[in-house]
Amino acid sequence: MSDNHNQHHIVPLSTYYTIFLALMVGTALTWWVATIDLGAMNNVIMLTIAVTKATLVVLFFMHVKYSSKLIWLAVGGSIFFLLILIVLTLNDYMARGWYTFG
Amino acid sequence: MPTNTYLNAATTLKSWLLTRDHKRIALMYIAGITFFFGIGGFFAALIRLELVTPAGDLLTDETYNKVFTMHGVMMVFFVLIPLIPASLGNFLLPLMLGTKDVAFPKLNLLSFYVYLFGSLFTLYAIVAGGLDTGWTFYTPFSTVASTSAVVPAALGIFINGFSSILTGLNFMVTIHKMRAPGLTWFRLPLFVWALYATSLIQVLGTPVVAITIVLVAAERIFGFGLFNPAVGGDPVLFQHLFWFYSHPAVYIMILPAMGVVSEVIAGMARKQIFGYSFVAFSSLGIAIVGFLVWGHHMFVAGQSIYSALVFSVLTFIVAIPSAVKVFNWTATMYKGSISWQTPMIYVAGFIGLFAIGGLTGLFLAAMGLDIHVTDTYFIVAHFHYVMVGGAIMGYMAGIHYWWPKITGRMYNEFLGKVSAAIVFIGFNLTFFPQFIAGYAGMPRRYHAYADAYQVWNVLSSAGASILAVGFTMPLLYLAWSLKNGEIAGDNPWGAVGLEWNTTSPPPTENFHTQPIVTWDAYEYPTPVEGHVV
Amino acid sequence: MSNGAAVAHDAHAHHPALAHHFESLDAQKEASVLGMWLFLVTEILFFGGALTAYMIYRTWYPDAFAVASSEIAILPGAINTAVLILSSLTMALAVHAAQTGERGKILVFIAITMVLGAAFLGIKAYEYHEKYVEGHIPGLGLPFRFEEEYYRPAQIFFSIYFVLTGLHALHMIIGLGIMTWMLVLTRKGVITPEYYAPIEISGLYWHFVDIVWIFLFPLLYLIGRHVHHVG
Ligand SMILES: [Cu+2]
Repeated sequence: MSDNHNQHHIVPLSTYYTIFLALMVGTALTWWVATIDLGAMNNVIMLTIAVTKATLVVLFFMHVKYSSKLIWLAVGGSIFFLLILIVLTLNDYMARGWYTFG
Repeated sequence: MPTNTYLNAATTLKSWLLTRDHKRIALMYIAGITFFFGIGGFFAALIRLELVTPAGDLLTDETYNKVFTMHGVMMVFFVLIPLIPASLGNFLLPLMLGTKDVAFPKLNLLSFYVYLFGSLFTLYAIVAGGLDTGWTFYTPFSTVASTSAVVPAALGIFINGFSSILTGLNFMVTIHKMRAPGLTWFRLPLFVWALYATSLIQVLGTPVVAITIVLVAAERIFGFGLFNPAVGGDPVLFQHLFWFYSHPAVYIMILPAMGVVSEVIAGMARKQIFGYSFVAFSSLGIAIVGFLVWGHHMFVAGQSIYSALVFSVLTFIVAIPSAVKVFNWTATMYKGSISWQTPMIYVAGFIGLFAIGGLTGLFLAAMGLDIHVTDTYFIVAHFHYVMVGGAIMGYMAGIHYWWPKITGRMYNEFLGKVSAAIVFIGFNLTFFPQFIAGYAGMPRRYHAYADAYQVWNVLSSAGASILAVGFTMPLLYLAWSLKNGEIAGDNPWGAVGLEWNTTSPPPTENFHTQPIVTWDAYEYPTPVEGHVV
Repeated sequence: MSNGAAVAHDAHAHHPALAHHFESLDAQKEASVLGMWLFLVTEILFFGGALTAYMIYRTWYPDAFAVASSEIAILPGAINTAVLILSSLTMALAVHAAQTGERGKILVFIAITMVLGAAFLGIKAYEYHEKYVEGHIPGLGLPFRFEEEYYRPAQIFFSIYFVLTGLHALHMIIGLGIMTWMLVLTRKGVITPEYYAPIEISGLYWHFVDIVWIFLFPLLYLIGRHVHHVG
């Protein structure tokens, strides 16, 4: 792939096709894992696959791999603040029933 | 007066309504905010009138519920949230950055119309039956019990949220991408840092309250069971989601006011702000730590004691960056030759009132005391000291400081000083008695109360009428100055900063030549040395 | 900035798409891409709020969620996942065609993306209809049918199911609107290798909506499958 503009990174088509295949395989894998009983690991594996798929889309389809640090910061920051929301809320629910007022 | 300004560039109505000039959009916001401040103030007047006597005689209990709800909704969502960012922020940000406009001028205009549409939609809710949930929309009352116009009011706030998000997003991109050559991050005025931190909260927090409103609407419209205990839902979950935004929202109001205070102090004391980088980073610190403390609104709501403890400790921590700012302002003023003009008097008022608001906030962070005063007038007094004493005082300081830049004219300085004093006295008379009544146990949100509290309520209502005078005066003398004020000149305060390096009012493109920055923020000559020796 | 960038700046000085307050088209594109990402930040927290509610209730009612989730047929959901991933590929190819200036290809790939998006919505509508037939709509005054043991929390699961998938579908519909607009821009010849920011940021939006579904599929369809073989 020739690259006329330094600042416009053009991702080779082969990369897109590879990512597409990986995403399809991931989907099939998720379905398959869902049908076998692995106890608590079912969720862990399915979510790991989902996170991996999402990361692939973000890095390649959305070009973050080739983007400035600022874009990385935006992506990372939003996940960080979402985790604050989830963790501090769950923190309450996990501790419900430890003690109660009165 | 300069011949070529953004005000006389075109004078048709269309040139205003379809403008993409950030300065004109700022003025339209100021008009909108002033209008809704009037409406919110009207509801406040009804509340204070009702509370002059212990009996609930002026308004029925149901009407009273609607009146204090509309007061809160109007003031929080349509006055305080856009108050400084959308008005002064919009006007000043490109000027301070030495650029022609914000990054997305069309989006900026859209943001204004979304604000207008959303706020008018909520106004319509008043006609459509009013809203009686309090501005907090607590479930399950808002979802299954209230018979008032919850959905229209909530929808208006939801729409308005887009305006807030778009402004924040626009400002962030502008600060990242539009700075003049040589204007590095650590040369930025502290007002810009404050706007950046504010925008961060707008972008990160607003969507969460938006989805919360969607969930409430889904429950109310479709009958879904999301927070409904009848199907096993948890109303406290609503409060978690609501306060994840609504606590940081207080910093959307106060952070830009702090930015204004930094600018005014530097300009009026003609000094570099003491500990510039501490003040700059404390804005970001407040924005980030502010997201970790929301549970202090829920100490008695049924969250676990362990969780309440964590939120209590984190709340104490968020006071640190605010205190850093106050100490640095004080240190800046120390031994400075301060000129006590109107903006500076408002700033002094800000520091005093915000100190009280902030310190009572620390009382409330302590769980034991908070449980004692939960849902009393102590809380009402506390957040008015922060929101009015902080945000509105900061806004008034900023309006008076930059008025000559915005309009090219000076207002009557004597009237300015008098009104600032009246606001300060009226404010304290209105809200300090509420601390006392609240601590003595007077609950909020009732139209009748025990006789023992009457003296505090009469004082408070008297104070409110003084406050009304204090807020009406600027409206009159500022309007008068538009035609009759003295010509201000480009830099009436002798301040440094890019906005003072262009004409007053500025031309549409802000600067006649592209500024190139080779100096730090607030690089004042240092006459202080000679003063001391 | 390389020398090439400076030359490009001069060449584009009078580009019709260059707004007056930007130095160059590149600076303008960087600003719009950053703006779109900040918008996606808000989207992450918007869906994140609903996901928080999902997580809380799932930890409270793990069995009810597993059973209720098993009531949803996998196949349409899996097909929809594949459809969306394919549409993400064609979207990426449309951006690629915009970068290389192949206008015909841009039109074709955006059109395919839109067809796939519409197919997704069609399948989604079919699924909603199935839920209606099975009595799994927890509101609108419709009869809710579920086994006695999980009758109440199952309503919470399906409430969250409809909120999440409904908001996702709404985003798809908005996406189709944006794509229509991109077709018009491309037809008009506005899109060039120098100025393709609109296609690029529309693509970002489309991919984001795809990512949301990548999470919704396992979280809503698959959580109880290994225990309850109902659907
Ligand atoms: Cu708070």
